[in-house]
Amino acid sequence: MANAVKGTPLVEMRDISISFGGIKAVDHVTVDLYPGEVVGLLGHNGAGKSTLIKCLSGAYQADAGQILINGKPVEINNPRDARAQNIETIYQTLALADNLDAASNLFLGRELVSSRGFLDESAMEAETRKILGRLNPNFKKFNVPVSALSGGQRQSVAIARAVYFNAKILIMDEPTAALGPHETQMVSELIEELKAQGLGIFLIEHDIHNVMKLCDRASVMKNGQLVGTVNVNEVTDEDILGMIILGKKPAKAA
Amino acid sequence: MSDQTRPTAPQGLPADAAASALQRFLKATEIDTRLLGMAGALLAIWLGFHLYGAIFRDGGAFLTPRNLWNLSVQTSSVGIMATGMVLIIVTRNIDLSVGSVLGFVAMIMGVLQVNILPQYLGLGSPLIWVVTVIVGMALGALVGAFNGWMIAYRGIPSFIVTLGGLMFFRGAAFLVANGKTISPVDADFALLGGGPYGAIGFWGSWIVGLLGCAGVLLMLRSSRANRQKHDFALRPIWAEAFMAALGCGLILGATLLVNAYPWPVGIVKNYAAAHNITVPPEGLFISHGYAIPVLILAFVGIVMTFLMTRTRFGRYVFAVGGNPEAAALAGINTKRLLVQIFALMGMLAGLSAVVSSARLNSATNALGQFDELYVIAAAVIGGTSLAGGIGTIYGAILGALVMESLRTGMVLIGFDTSIQSMVVGAVLVLAVYVDNIYRSKTK
Repeated sequence: MANAVKGTPLVEMRDISISFGGIKAVDHVTVDLYPGEVVGLLGHNGAGKSTLIKCLSGAYQADAGQILINGKPVEINNPRDARAQNIETIYQTLALADNLDAASNLFLGRELVSSRGFLDESAMEAETRKILGRLNPNFKKFNVPVSALSGGQRQSVAIARAVYFNAKILIMDEPTAALGPHETQMVSELIEELKAQGLGIFLIEHDIHNVMKLCDRASVMKNGQLVGTVNVNEVTDEDILGMIILGKKPAKAA
Repeated sequence: MSDQTRPTAPQGLPADAAASALQRFLKATEIDTRLLGMAGALLAIWLGFHLYGAIFRDGGAFLTPRNLWNLSVQTSSVGIMATGMVLIIVTRNIDLSVGSVLGFVAMIMGVLQVNILPQYLGLGSPLIWVVTVIVGMALGALVGAFNGWMIAYRGIPSFIVTLGGLMFFRGAAFLVANGKTISPVDADFALLGGGPYGAIGFWGSWIVGLLGCAGVLLMLRSSRANRQKHDFALRPIWAEAFMAALGCGLILGATLLVNAYPWPVGIVKNYAAAHNITVPPEGLFISHGYAIPVLILAFVGIVMTFLMTRTRFGRYVFAVGGNPEAAALAGINTKRLLVQIFALMGMLAGLSAVVSSARLNSATNALGQFDELYVIAAAVIGGTSLAGGIGTIYGAILGALVMESLRTGMVLIGFDTSIQSMVVGAVLVLAVYVDNIYRSKTK
């Protein structure tokens, strides 16, 4: 087991269950994540990946189960709690307020304020220029609402928000779904870079090639249950597709 | 720009050059073009009514110090509430109860200051108006908070909650004194509604005007310093100078105007008799100066603008309006925020109740009837989008001024009330239509 030498996992979600109106969206699922690792969460639409991950990001609360960060049990009751644990999330919908500009979105809920408690717009814009200059040098539209930005630019803002606040645990829900090839490449490079910095990343992804390229391990879900977790370099893409479609664990699973 | 100018059409060139000069000017000064449009519409309304009066009646009566002063006072009550309605509409809600809450609070304040407080504080005590205003605003805030709680925590749509409030509080206003009108109100309290004594006079107005100018200059300077600190693009100096001249010019112009409106002869006579002044044969010219309710509106406008643009609270209001889900995911307590917004709206309705009942010098249970419609219309004419996420405080105040200008203008030229409401209704729809076109063009 490759993981045995890594020590305490960064995140452990143990035996998580959550149901909506009698339907078990997530059914006793256990996943974990180590520093410097990318774990792919795979499965069909409605398999429960996003729901599971929203328990970690604070958007939902699990009915049962336990979340451990660095081996310690934590309570995550809302997005604020998650942020306090250095968990940052890039949602599939990006979760941007379209009527606000990039800086306002980046600092939403964590605004920089002056000594008198008023918003420090200039400081926030300056910081936004810095981080976006690094992530996407072509980004120039700082003073317009994000509704006026292209899909890739909006994605940059959402990513900048997650990266800026020194995340240790990053959740990315289909970060490349709406992007062109060039921008997808940029996101891939960013994931590699963040991984090298020791972040743990949960990556919800549909594209099997991206999974094979970016992920170290993959946890596959089907109908709310965990099919299994495999080391990506020990299986083929057919094995993983079999898990997703048939819910069948490959013989040589990790 | 020059690429688009075809050499075969030389007459198009100067027009293009002029357009680009205007664009450059707007870009450099960073003037909101929507604001410009509204100011233009307001000016057109004012000039239109004045010219109509000058041509078809016995002289233009609109652009006189007297009319404009009265206009400013009449705008105050709706203007104060419109600033709060911006927040409500920005978060995709509506408050139909403000007019009734105004009536209810006014009645409670009337009973309080006339029947109750004199027993404890003594008749004519200077504390009466203070206690009354505090109780009125607190009561308004409480009612608003309760509305907000039902909307945010009990999931009842704001339209329903406040429609219920519209009926409930109109009835409650009647019950407070069994339909009796309470009049006159406390003498100090009445000053808050304007009138010759409820204005700050010649020197007071100049002091306010100069302080306003100093404020404009200070703001421009601090904004420039802030941009310098972060190496952002600065406005050209000429643009800064233009903005300073424009801001100060408007304030000083308004000061000259309110000081040009003298007290009526009868009031001067009473005042002279009370203060042992002999009135010279040509009469005494005593300026009104800024009316107190107008200063209250200005103060509310500044505070609310600050709240909306410089504080976390305001940022969250816009965020919730733009994308409620994203706001919640960013850790914003959207339910508590909604309660705060409705409480603020209620408090402002309480303040408007102060201004309205003081101006009338009496509290009646019909006070504020249909105000909710004017308040909503003012906010919407002022560019607040019912789809949420967009709106400005100054826009709402300008919207209130536009509507009040239409009403007074039509009264002056002798249109009856049925025509008045037809025109105001048509203008509301037209304003939103024009705004839609503008937005789709600039996007």
